[in-house]
Amino acid sequence: MDISTTTDVPPPSPQPAVTGQKRTSRGAARPGDRIFLGLSRGSGILLLVVMGAIAVFLTYRASLAISKDDGNFLTTFEWNTNLTPPVFGIAVLAFGTVVSSIVAMVIAVPIAVAIALFLTHYAPRRLSGLIAYVIDLLAAVPSIVYGLWGALILVPHMQGLYGWLDTYLGWTGLFTWNGGAPRAMLTVGILLAIMILPIITNVSREVFRQVPRMHEEAALALGATRWEVVRMSVLPFGRSGVISASMLGLGRALGETMAVATVLSPDYDVHLSLLDPGGGTFAQNIASKFGEATEQGRDALIASGLVLFVITLVVNGAARAIIARRKEYSGANA
Amino acid sequence: MKLQRKNRLRALSLGAVAVSGALALTACGSDDNGDGGKASGNTSASAGAGSVKCDDAKGQLLADGSSAQKNAIDAWVKAFSQACHVQINYKGAGSGAGVTSFNQGQIAFAGSDSALKPEEVAASKKVCSGGQGIDLPMVGGPIALGYNVPGVDNLVLDAPTIAKIFDAKITKWNDAAIKQLNPGANLPDLKIQAFHRSEDSGTTDNFTKYLIATTPDNWKYSGGKAWQAKGGQAASGSAGVAQGVKQNSGAIGYFELSYAKDITTVSIDTGAKSPVKPSTDSATADIAAAKVVGTGKDLALQLDYKTKADGAYPITLVTYEIVCDKGNKADTLPATKAFLRYIAGEDGQKVLAQNDYAPIPDEIIAKVRTTIEGLS
Repeated sequence: MDISTTTDVPPPSPQPAVTGQKRTSRGAARPGDRIFLGLSRGSGILLLVVMGAIAVFLTYRASLAISKDDGNFLTTFEWNTNLTPPVFGIAVLAFGTVVSSIVAMVIAVPIAVAIALFLTHYAPRRLSGLIAYVIDLLAAVPSIVYGLWGALILVPHMQGLYGWLDTYLGWTGLFTWNGGAPRAMLTVGILLAIMILPIITNVSREVFRQVPRMHEEAALALGATRWEVVRMSVLPFGRSGVISASMLGLGRALGETMAVATVLSPDYDVHLSLLDPGGGTFAQNIASKFGEATEQGRDALIASGLVLFVITLVVNGAARAIIARRKEYSGANA
Repeated sequence: MKLQRKNRLRALSLGAVAVSGALALTACGSDDNGDGGKASGNTSASAGAGSVKCDDAKGQLLADGSSAQKNAIDAWVKAFSQACHVQINYKGAGSGAGVTSFNQGQIAFAGSDSALKPEEVAASKKVCSGGQGIDLPMVGGPIALGYNVPGVDNLVLDAPTIAKIFDAKITKWNDAAIKQLNPGANLPDLKIQAFHRSEDSGTTDNFTKYLIATTPDNWKYSGGKAWQAKGGQAASGSAGVAQGVKQNSGAIGYFELSYAKDITTVSIDTGAKSPVKPSTDSATADIAAAKVVGTGKDLALQLDYKTKADGAYPITLVTYEIVCDKGNKADTLPATKAFLRYIAGEDGQKVLAQNDYAPIPDEIIAKVRTTIEGLS
């Protein structure tokens, strides 16, 4: 088919150079190119339209709910959408989402960076391949499986750690424990840390692998030990890559649903101690409340989802800003 | 090119293997079902299937709603679809979701733990042309209080004590109020961990309705599907609550009886001669005292939570099937009617007790049967 059309239509080469240039800039001269251009442009526009439609719909439904809310949407410590008028607020959810993610990051990032360094600079090649494979497998486990594992195995085994933290760090106020089942933010944080470990490790490993050989060899030539090489050339080079890897992990931690819903014992109060059962996250709350929610309840959940979206947007924006400040880093995670 | 062709061939043969494998497997699957039916031929489940009247029921029925009655529906569907060529798909996404899809006209009937509210009845008039949605009580069940206290085998509690425990007013197992109800028991100095549901649930609704009805001074919350009291532990689903009770020494929680497999349950001191254990019989005895409060063909029940009758377990729930009294869709009406007739029939109700549910008492189920015959 292509052959016949190209023979019928004069080939593009004899045309004047000026129009030719114009053509290449728009990239549509031959029918195939034109169709492809149309398709890709259409897809791009369709994406924008779909996203816009979703945004309009969600904002509309959310505003319906918020206009009926008898409490303050941002500060109320309650979620009761079946009352008339309904009373609900996102304060506890926002607090819980941020706290559980911070706990997860504090635990996961150092471990992930350590694993990535080990894989790229210390481990024998064979072992490194095997470990990388196992870590990839961790990422493939569905989150509900993590949730069940957390509820059945992690929670009962946390008692000892909770007791220890209460005895030695109870004075900080962050680690007071009243002896309840350990279905609290710390357990959730640990579970989330395990879940986001693979993505941070993998991206960090790719970044560390791209450290220019010359940097390391130069450092070695100056008599640096292996640790000094890591500290002077690998870590500074990989810093923004590690940051963006962490942000990917953070994004997953912020939005994790089923694992949190299975492990946490939610309520609508802010608990300062990480060991107090209670609190909640946006995604967990949506999963818990959706099944029996009325129309009104669903709108309220959509409103809370929009807040999560805004938080995620802010986090990603911050990450981009940090990365953009360090121009010398050349997007090894792309 | 050659390589590609080879790949394509390989893909084709792989596909063929997959398809034939799937066919073989599904063949096995239906064989299994057949065997299952034959094996259970002696039990009343299949005996019940024999007496199913199919009329001209055929096709597919979509239904959704309460997860509390999902196990009962599954047992019924198994027996019913062996007799009639009707495929019934009950999703069990929750009472709220069931009523919503019913009022959008997406399903033939909905299952719900609570009767239709006036605004829901109003909305149903759009779907049921010339009629409205009605509640048919079909499945009863005791809500058991399971506990895990080492050395205590036969715990007795009454309504005020239960309310105080779940409201975190009583925090130790050796509290004077509990001691008074259990003079012989060796109650330990152990912290109470009261488990409730973390998601909205009909079980929570019915449990708190009981507390509100019997001891309003000790339970000052407005009730509803969401848990309102502060303190205690929350877990998702009846299974999650049961798990929490099993795992934690000092725990107590509420769930449908079928989840109390290896958990000891509380006997309730209702003021009757002796404390009542949760069982399908004691729940049916309680439902027998219920009043029909629905008007017209609606058979919504009001349970008697304050019952003092001997052997009547007061914390029960009744789940309904919701259908249109008039104006059911012509293509699903025969199948809906045949299925409802079967589950409200003697055989259908017998299946309930085998699955830890309580059958609906004779007087009420008789009314349900009459109503089903009048559906149009």
